[in-house]
Order: sequence, then C-alpha cells, then structure tokens
Amino acid sequence: MSLTIFITICYIISSVLFVIGLKRMSSPVSARKANQLSAVGMLIAIVATLLTRGMMEWQWIAFGLAVGTGIGILAATRVAMTSMPQMVGLLNGSGGLASFIVGWAAYHYQPESSLLTTISTYLAVLIGGVTFTGSFIAWAKLEEKFVTGKPILFAGQKIVNSLLLGALIVGGIIFCLHPDPADNYPLFVAIMVLSLILGVMVVIPIGGADMPVVISLLNSYSGMAGAATGFVIINSMLIVAGSLVGASGIILTRIMCKAMNRSLTNVLFSGFGSVTKKAASEVKGEAKAISVKDAYYVLEAARSVVFVPGYGMAVAQAQHAVRELGKILENNGAEVRYAIHPVAGRMPGHMNVLLAEADVPYDQLFEMDAINPIIDTIDVAVVIGANDVVNPAARHDKSSPIYGMPIINVDKAKTVFVLKRSMRSGFAGIENELFYYDNTRMVFGDAKETVQALIAEFKSV
Amino acid sequence: METHLDPISLINLIFLFVIAIFLGVELISKVPSILHTPLMSGSNAISGITIVGALLAVGLTPGSALCTALGTLAVIFATVNVVGGYLVTDRMLRMFKAKPTGEKK
Repeated sequence: MSLTIFITICYIISSVLFVIGLKRMSSPVSARKANQLSAVGMLIAIVATLLTRGMMEWQWIAFGLAVGTGIGILAATRVAMTSMPQMVGLLNGSGGLASFIVGWAAYHYQPESSLLTTISTYLAVLIGGVTFTGSFIAWAKLEEKFVTGKPILFAGQKIVNSLLLGALIVGGIIFCLHPDPADNYPLFVAIMVLSLILGVMVVIPIGGADMPVVISLLNSYSGMAGAATGFVIINSMLIVAGSLVGASGIILTRIMCKAMNRSLTNVLFSGFGSVTKKAASEVKGEAKAISVKDAYYVLEAARSVVFVPGYGMAVAQAQHAVRELGKILENNGAEVRYAIHPVAGRMPGHMNVLLAEADVPYDQLFEMDAINPIIDTIDVAVVIGANDVVNPAARHDKSSPIYGMPIINVDKAKTVFVLKRSMRSGFAGIENELFYYDNTRMVFGDAKETVQALIAEFKSV
Repeated sequence: METHLDPISLINLIFLFVIAIFLGVELISKVPSILHTPLMSGSNAISGITIVGALLAVGLTPGSALCTALGTLAVIFATVNVVGGYLVTDRMLRMFKAKPTGEKK
C-alpha cells in the first residue's frame, strides 16, 4: 500500500511540474528552464510507473524505451527549423497512436469491464485513431508527399463523412451497451478501423495554409486521447496532463481561427481556397516593378524598416539572409522590426522560430497588434513571401473571401516592397490589391536571391 | 492492469478533468505568440504522458503475448513523442535570445 502512495505522490509532483512548466512558458527568458522542468516531471512519472508492483516483461519495456528514445533523439536533432510543422504533426501522431494502442491493449486484456471503462476505452481508441491518421495526413500535406497540399474534395464528401461519424457513434453505443463486451471484438476492430479512416477524411479537405488550425486542433486531440487513456487505466495524472494539453490546443485553435476571421467549422469543412474565386472587384492599375538597385537606394535612405515574413520565406529558406540584411540596415542607422501575423507560416509561431534561428533577438519580433498602430511611421515595409495576411481588401472589400480577417496594414507604411516570384495570387486565390497601390513596388525574383542581391548592393559601397 | 471504473471514481476523475482544462486555459492564454511553436511542441511532449499507460500495458498484462507486443509498440511511440518533443522544444528555445546589451547604441 505504501508503494502505491509513494507512486501517487510522484504523480502529484509530476503534475505540478507540468503546470509550472506551462506557466513559465509565458516569457522567452524562462521558457527553456520551464521546458526542462516539464521534462523532469515526465521522467519522474515514468520512473514512478516502473516501480508499480508486479511489473514484468522488463526486456520489452527496456526495448521500447530504447528504440523510442533513439528515434526521438534522431528526429529532434535532425529536423530543419523550416520543417517544424511537419515534426510537430508527426509527434502529435505518435502520441495519438500510443493512446490508440493502449486502448486496444486494455480491451484485449480485459474485455469484460465496467460500462464506464468500456466507454473510456472507446473514446481513447476513437480520439487516438483520429489523431494518428489525421496527423499523418497533415504531415503528408505539408511535405506534399503522397497527397497534394491543396484541399481534396469530392462529391458527397460531407455525406460520406457524416455516415462515417454516424457509424462510429452508433457502433460506440452498441459496443458500450452490449451486455457481454467480450463478444464485441469484431465490432471493436471495426471501430478502430473507422476511427483511422475518419482521421484521414477530416484532414484531406483542408488546404495547406489552414494547417496552423489543423495542427493546433490535432495537438488538442492528442491531449484528449491521453486524458481518455487516463480514464481507462484510472490514472489521475494522465487526466491532468492530457487536459492541460487539450486546453492548450483549444486555445491555439481559437487564436488561429480568430486571426483568419473564420469559424472552426468553416476551416474544417469548407475546403477554403479550393475554388479560385474571381476577384469580385476588378483590381485597377498596374503593379510597379522596381529593380534591386533602386530598392537599395530606398532602403539606404530609410530610417525605419519592417520585415513582414510569410510562408514564402520558409520555402526560400531566406531567414538568414533576411537577418543579415536587417543587421546591415541597423548599422546603417535604421530601426529594424519584424512584424509577424499570427497565421503566417504553417503553424502558430512558425515565423518566430525561423527568425530566432537566424539570431533575430526576440525584442525585434512584433505581433500584428503591436505593429499596426505605428505602421504609418515606418519608411519601408518589406513583405517577404506573405500575401493574404497583408491584403488590404480584408479591411474594406465585403465581397472578398478574406473580408474581416485582421491583417498587417503594410499599405499604410510610406513605401512597401513586395518580394515575390511572380504576380500569382496567394493561397486563397485572391488578387492582392496591395500590389497595385501607389506606394507599393514589386521586387520580382526568388526571395532569398533578392535579399542577397540587396546585401551585395550594401556591401559594394 | 486495473481497468474497473466505478461511478464514484469516474465523478472524481471528471472533476479533475474539468478543473485541469480550466487551469490549462488560464496558463496557455498567457503565452505570447512568439512562443507558440515551442509551446505546441512542449505541450505535445506532455501529451506523451500516455507512456504511463503504455508501460502498464506491457508490464501488467501477464500471459498475453499480443498485449506485450501492443504495449511495446505503444511504449516506442509514446517515447518518441516524449523524447522528440522535449528535445526539439529545447532546441527551439535555445535559439530565442534577447538583444545583447552591448550591441545597443
């Protein structure tokens, strides 16, 4: 008995460390220590679990821990910062899969259980399965492997998905209410398979630029799956840790949706961006291109510069070049800031990580709400690989699909440079009227090469 | 593995679940958006806590080869989640630096 109490105390300590870890994430100064605290909490939880009376099969436990640790270390040290969304997607998926398998093992070992346990098992398998395949598809979409990054839509998709969900609910009710759950193995297998299919079906209609929402949501699910597992094995710590993560995912999902001015249902079900809508209001005028040389003269004279990065910067791997240009501008006497839209990139905070990797101090990273009030004092705003998040149509054009979405008001800066490969429209397939504004100049070409050419101009003086 | 959930413990667990969700919401709302990626990978590592269930599935299911196999698989995936999640978060957070004070003009 005393051993059980000891283990429980360890679990309490772990939970507290998780809470403190999340709390101290609120500042970049304390965040690293916070993460380490949280990791210590996890270690305590694992060791305490291993002390449980009657544990056997040590060789398999050691094997599993060793293999998992090896893969984890390899993955974490090798992944490029630009691929962080994929990495988080895969990590979500492996957590979901683990919960899914634990649910299966619990049922297999003890099929005739109480009703409440059966319900929990059902939920762990359902949420875990959806998290696993959903994350896998999200990863594949981000990598553009096996599936296209664009929304995949087909006739009757909603009907198929509703039927799938309905089958899972009805199957779940029959499964839970059956007087002898041990007879239910075939039904249980069907539920497992359908959960896995559902995960695929819910993510394929969602386009690449909506991935920040999907990744956040899957993050939430992976926590919920853990909490459900906690109900199965009656473990309070799993429930606490799982719901903390679940809550974090919910908040991030909400922030992402708000930053796009869309509801979660709209993101999940509309296949946004699959139909290239014709711009309702014809954009007038002509985009004015500018050469690198002329852009250099403008930047040389600028006293304040704001860089507005988007996914294009990640694709071009331009963050280091951007940072170098920023440094040169600073030495030239300009005040340099980086303005980051909440949904820039493919996951929340994606751009911040890339710029941090390039050694940009975090006090130069500005959130949208911090930069917009001072944007009209800025001499030059340099848009790098961002498009929809700086489209002024979001402010005034009621017919625009992105109307109402908060944007970074770069058009109010004195001069705007847009670094872009061509005049192609952004993810949402919407013409960007910013390109035709009087104070906008287009610098065509690969973002990284353009920035490097600008650096060369500065250095040649 | 102990898997007999009775109504009293269920209510207690739900109680815990609800409070923890509210606590989570309070904590996460205070995280600035520049840290959202590390927050996500860090909290993701916490969701690897399901490793506890995985370990019990290997260690406390005597006589069932399938459970041992499933449990081992679950341990592998949960460990990837935990180790990979914490390490990659640490790697990111290491990069976030304040402006060196000497550089200011």
